[in-house]
Amino acid sequence: MRGITKRYPGVLANDGIDLDVRQGEIHALLGENGAGKSTLMNILYGLAVPDAGEILLDGKPVTISGPHDAIDQGISMVHQHFMLVPVLSVAENILLGEEPMAGRVFLDRAGSHRRIRELGERFGWEIDPDKPVGSLSVGWQQRVEILKALYRNARVLVLDEPTAVLTPQETREIFGVLRALRAEGYAIIFISHKLYEVLEVADRITVIRRGKVVGSRIPAETNEDDLAELMVGRNVQLTVDRGESHPGEPTLVVEDLKARDDRGHEVVHDVSFEVRAGEIFGIAGVAGNGQDELVEAIVGLRHAAGGHVTLDGRNVTGASPRHLHQQGLAFVPGDRHRFGLVLTFPLTDNLVLNDYYHTPFANGLQRNDEAIEANAEEAVEKYDVRTPSTTVTAGTLSGGNQQKVVVAREFEGTLKLLVLDQPTRGLDVGSIEFIHRQAIARRDSGVAILLVSAELDEVLELSDRIGVMFRGRMVAVLDGRSVDREAVGLLMATGGRGGGTQPQTIEESA
Amino acid sequence: MRAALERVRSVAVLPAVAIGLALVVGAVIMILSSPLVGGFDLTLPLTAYQALAVGAFGSGNALVSTLVNATPLVLAGLAVGIGFKAGLFNIGAQGQFLIGALSATIVAIALNGASPAVAIPLSLLAGMAGGLAWGFVPGFLKAFTGAHEVVTTIMLNFVAIQIVSYVISGPLRGAEVTFARTDNIVAGELPILIGRDGHLGLLLAAVAVPAAWWLLYRSTIGFEIRTVGANPDAARYGGMQPKWITVLAMSVCGLLAGTAGAGEILGEVGYMPASYGTTVGFDAIAVALLGRAHPVGILFAGLLFGGMQAGAGLMQVQAGIPVQMVSVLQAVILFFLAAELIVRRVLRIRAPGTGVEAELETVSRSYGEQTSL
Repeated sequence: MRGITKRYPGVLANDGIDLDVRQGEIHALLGENGAGKSTLMNILYGLAVPDAGEILLDGKPVTISGPHDAIDQGISMVHQHFMLVPVLSVAENILLGEEPMAGRVFLDRAGSHRRIRELGERFGWEIDPDKPVGSLSVGWQQRVEILKALYRNARVLVLDEPTAVLTPQETREIFGVLRALRAEGYAIIFISHKLYEVLEVADRITVIRRGKVVGSRIPAETNEDDLAELMVGRNVQLTVDRGESHPGEPTLVVEDLKARDDRGHEVVHDVSFEVRAGEIFGIAGVAGNGQDELVEAIVGLRHAAGGHVTLDGRNVTGASPRHLHQQGLAFVPGDRHRFGLVLTFPLTDNLVLNDYYHTPFANGLQRNDEAIEANAEEAVEKYDVRTPSTTVTAGTLSGGNQQKVVVAREFEGTLKLLVLDQPTRGLDVGSIEFIHRQAIARRDSGVAILLVSAELDEVLELSDRIGVMFRGRMVAVLDGRSVDREAVGLLMATGGRGGGTQPQTIEESA
Repeated sequence: MRAALERVRSVAVLPAVAIGLALVVGAVIMILSSPLVGGFDLTLPLTAYQALAVGAFGSGNALVSTLVNATPLVLAGLAVGIGFKAGLFNIGAQGQFLIGALSATIVAIALNGASPAVAIPLSLLAGMAGGLAWGFVPGFLKAFTGAHEVVTTIMLNFVAIQIVSYVISGPLRGAEVTFARTDNIVAGELPILIGRDGHLGLLLAAVAVPAAWWLLYRSTIGFEIRTVGANPDAARYGGMQPKWITVLAMSVCGLLAGTAGAGEILGEVGYMPASYGTTVGFDAIAVALLGRAHPVGILFAGLLFGGMQAGAGLMQVQAGIPVQMVSVLQAVILFFLAAELIVRRVLRIRAPGTGVEAELETVSRSYGEQTSL
């Protein structure tokens, strides 16, 4: 790709970007959210038309008119959010849109199944083409996505943050796959903002900032700090200096809590733990092991099917979100678009979403716009929300700034317990650093913090103690400062030796 | 100030375009059909539209007539518009209008011998209460059983028609009337404030518009209503109670539509017929969409539709265009509003980010997925 320029109203998304990817190479594309990675890949995949520049394939200029055209020319993309139909089988998903015909009417099932098996065997995967995709683990679903690309004779493979949803073990396996693909001569573009992964797997690294290529590196000649600085444009502290914590009395006590999912199945089984004032308790686990339901039951958004929740000595089982909020509970939800924000509302309204009804934001039934606006101005200033004004709708902000709005709302006021669910999902290093610092500051002021994250590194980095969730149970509580990354990963993936029935406690004697 | 003007412009441009396009389509229809009336005539639309405008706004009487026609449209339009803001598609304004009209009639007939000072307020209150009840039911069903308001309000429209028919042709049938209707309302009749028939109901609509605006945009309840409409999950997260807010919003909608019905009977008709052939409750949907569910927009949309109804007669007399042309124009306006994407594409108007999308989203969401509270 040469001199790619793409202008959107108000922004120069790509500004003369050059990128070359060779056969048999893993080329990492690194950049913050909004740096222009996605735009560049959309252009490569035919989803956007560049204003200037050209794409060369095997030395010849090509025009790519759409995803179909891209696939025909051998370019395939594995999206961060899998484009799979859960109820269809592996084979059906792979064939979707490219159905092989035997004759005019019938699908060539036998032939295509054989080809899928053969493709899988090349990487040592035992693939059952008839299995529904929904029954596969996330790691295997990703392999199906990769097979889909290979089945279509891709030569250039773009992977958009492929490790965001994987455990460390799965990540290592997928890196093995990428290396195998490299050995077979595929050209691979690997998009990520996890620096150590990029250093581990890539042959070359191109860093993009504000639509421009700001540097190219070879892993052997760089390190995480160097890459982070290139990405953000300033010196970034990658691991927050978490300092000493001084845990006090238990603020949140959860006893034998049970919760059901939306379909009525019990997905949280007798979970017990406590979070003390001034400590960060992290919950690690592969997404979908009951963490969402556990958190929702604690913050009052889901009915607890059994057990007790005690906040600061008071029984708050089944209390409403408003009551809990008044008791000093703040909650940064994992799905900020669903719970955390009203995207069509201005920032001013979003910043008072749970305090709109009392003074100073309302006098009786009448809203006090002056106070609401002043509050917004202050929050935007204090939490460094990058926005043209406080009256733009939340939907117009980038993900990182949206999250800052949520954080600005929840981190203020008199707090006792702060529940952080995936607080940095999808954010760039600059925003992550900021939010981590804020969390540490609240911890130091004596707030109890419950941190739930699918990002194991985040849990490891911040937590004083770590609980591991597996299939709805808390299978272990570990000391956060001495714990071994691999051990947590193994617990996340298997639930421990007994398959997750026996809680395993390796806690320091306190 | 400039920013505010810019917002108004960006919100108003599409309705304006829809109206403009509808006038063009209407003109084409008139020209094509002109050989049937008096020979091919390219200037017929000009004559017709001029007569329409004069009939609507050309004189004091015309203006009052426009206001009188607009009054129920504005009130019922608010009933639909507030529903949109709460994420509800209130197709039941018609039923709420009828029950409001009936309740007002019952009380007014009962108080025919009383003093107007007693009869008028009590009759109006009865109309409001009747409409409120007819809105409360689908709101409650939606919130606590998940019954979809589109289905329940449509069904309640038919129930309302049958109840009116039964009560008026049975217990309330007048003694000295030739067809199924009540006696004339005497004491409860609304006083005329301006012109020939500018009754007190005008004032109700004039008060309802700023009141609805205050409720939606200045009060905490309105904030809750709008939050529930935009994102019920976020509302729950923010400590609101989406179920009760849904009930409240539907009840307010019913109250407004019921007020419209009471005003029509007490101020305009003067009695209640067993088969009340009005379409105000359905026209109100068009008014709410054209007004982008904003009280001020609904006021203007109601005045436009009311004006067209007022001017239709003069158009028929002067240009020979049947009054039904007005219905065609209203339908085409609605068509272009609904086909917003096409209009945008053709005219290259950028999405303003606010406005009809949200309302239409309510409409399409109402048909499609179930929103849980």
